[in-house]
Amino acid sequence: MLDGFALWANPSSPHGAGRKARAALEDARERIRAALGWDGEVIFTSSASEALALGISRCVLPLAAVSPVEHDAVLRHAGTATRLPVDSLGLVRPADCAVRGLVAVQQANSETGVMQPIEALASAARDAGGLLLADCAQGAGKLTLPDADMIALSAHKFGGPVGIGALLVRDWAMLAPTGGQERGYRGGTENLPGVLGMVAALEVDREWLETALMLRNRIDSEITAMGGESLCAATARVPTIAAYRMPGRSANAQLIRFDAKGIAVSAGSACSSGSLRTSHVLEAIGYPHATEVIRVSLGSETTAEEVERFLAVWAEVAR
Amino acid sequence: MIYLDYQATTPLAPEAREAMLRWLGDDGFANPHSPHRPGRAAAAAVEFAREQVAGLFPPGGRVVFTSGATEALNIALFGCGAKRLAVSAIEHAAVLDTARAIDPEVALFPVDGEGLVAPDAALPPGVGLVAVMQVNNEIGTIQPIECLAKAAHAAGALFVCDAVQGAGKLSPPAIADMIAVSAHKLHGPKGIGALWVRDGLTLTPLIYGGGQEQGLRSGTLSPALCAGFGAAAALALSLRESDGKHVDKLWTTLRASLPGWTLNGSENHRWKGNLNLRRDGLDVARLMSDCRDIAFSAGSACASGSGRPSHVLRALGLTDAEARSSIRLGFGRYSTLTEIDAAAAQIRDAAEAQGL
Repeated sequence: MLDGFALWANPSSPHGAGRKARAALEDARERIRAALGWDGEVIFTSSASEALALGISRCVLPLAAVSPVEHDAVLRHAGTATRLPVDSLGLVRPADCAVRGLVAVQQANSETGVMQPIEALASAARDAGGLLLADCAQGAGKLTLPDADMIALSAHKFGGPVGIGALLVRDWAMLAPTGGQERGYRGGTENLPGVLGMVAALEVDREWLETALMLRNRIDSEITAMGGESLCAATARVPTIAAYRMPGRSANAQLIRFDAKGIAVSAGSACSSGSLRTSHVLEAIGYPHATEVIRVSLGSETTAEEVERFLAVWAEVAR
Repeated sequence: MIYLDYQATTPLAPEAREAMLRWLGDDGFANPHSPHRPGRAAAAAVEFAREQVAGLFPPGGRVVFTSGATEALNIALFGCGAKRLAVSAIEHAAVLDTARAIDPEVALFPVDGEGLVAPDAALPPGVGLVAVMQVNNEIGTIQPIECLAKAAHAAGALFVCDAVQGAGKLSPPAIADMIAVSAHKLHGPKGIGALWVRDGLTLTPLIYGGGQEQGLRSGTLSPALCAGFGAAAALALSLRESDGKHVDKLWTTLRASLPGWTLNGSENHRWKGNLNLRRDGLDVARLMSDCRDIAFSAGSACASGSGRPSHVLRALGLTDAEARSSIRLGFGRYSTLTEIDAAAAQIRDAAEAQGL
């Protein structure tokens, strides 16, 4: 990012300074494609929310179906689009995605970590003449990019800066342009420091995910042993997110106790934290004890010591 | 390199950079919408920055952070629900193209030969929204927005002002209903801007999701970008007088150093950090290539390279040839008199080499 602050000229300016910024921007775009293994197009946006709004509102096909466990960034655009049925783990069935329209299903759920079978869903949608938009905010930079037609991602969810994201599009023909920067698909001066920060975060190695998986498994088994419950543990989850129920303790009471002990966890997504609304995700999967569930997420910096401290506090709060 | 393209973007103020680094470090990454302690600290920084940015606007409204002025203008124009629009012919594409997308019949206020909209420009019947910029990005002219805003209100329409080029430099437009600004045009970071919305006005969002910014603009806010914007805004407000004097001095010098060039736009009703000049018979592409050490432009950055003659210069009544022989020199806080002198000499030499 600091390199980006030094290259502060407007990348659309044709003078030398502008061309340097443009070259850095285009180089970063190529590096992002390489890091993600994506051979389609990359449109930089300010966030995943904006990428999703762009993908949904400018897609040549209308939004026809969404999963009910999507982030609000998708659901709030969904209007009367079909809500796809999900099982008790929150999984969507491929057969239900055979729709001639845009289908939006996330890669990994932001509250439970559950991973959707995106490849199968996308191929069902394509066979029916539809397209699949995958919200990969929680999976990008951690999991292999799924084979979707459009993908939304957010840098700050994989160690990059807040304020930058991208919409990946397999083919320009899937979107109607609006004019402006980003080949006419997104107006606004490009945020080069943000883009460079995003690339750098994507290019770091992913070995820490194995540690995160180990730590997550340790939390799973310890909490289960202490009488708690690890939600949706029966299916593949992104190693960085898990949801735990502490019987008899409201999520809010848990949050206050954890916060006082210097542990930052949350009840549902950050955006709706503090709203005291029941999680729409847990409601959609029919989980009966939604009010007693907290979300615990791990990252590359999370250590075994921190996990042990969390478990000790969990035992204390549950007591 | 001598940077004379302050309308395209401005150098990041060291103070803004400093304010950002705190939030790019190890303890600064929390989500400001999380209720835990680090989240609350980030939220406090965002709210502190919001207060600083509010200084750019009149009282009686709220500041909504966006990714830039383009997004702010899109929210303003789409979000208010107006169907009939009237905008000036010299608006930035962020207003012009958005207005056309909403109302293909959008009415355009013409400008006179000085690049000024008439204060008593006629409003089309049934108009729901009027948008006129404070300072034009290509020629620097300051528009009579108070009169136009009053006329809009008298007609029952909302008034939107693109204040990107004037924010932190001029007094804010006092009676607008919505005002859009961009941080990187006032020495703040790219990737953040703001829409100021008068109290009592409700808008429909364009980006849905987590419901941030009172539901009007979803998306995690960046404490770093907000802090950088806030620091840049506070600095611009505290340096407003000295920045203005500095720019006046540079303008006088540069204008006097380039005799034989014609000024595009009003001499008096303008932000003097913008000097848009033309010279009959000038080959701008050749001039730019001869003055490779100077970063300047032949129009707005966004339209640069499109090969189209500037819609702003055409609106002034310039011929295509006149528009194509125009250059824009933009300068400000960090430009020096030495740079201005050196740039003027290079431009004079390059024009002479063309036999002008």
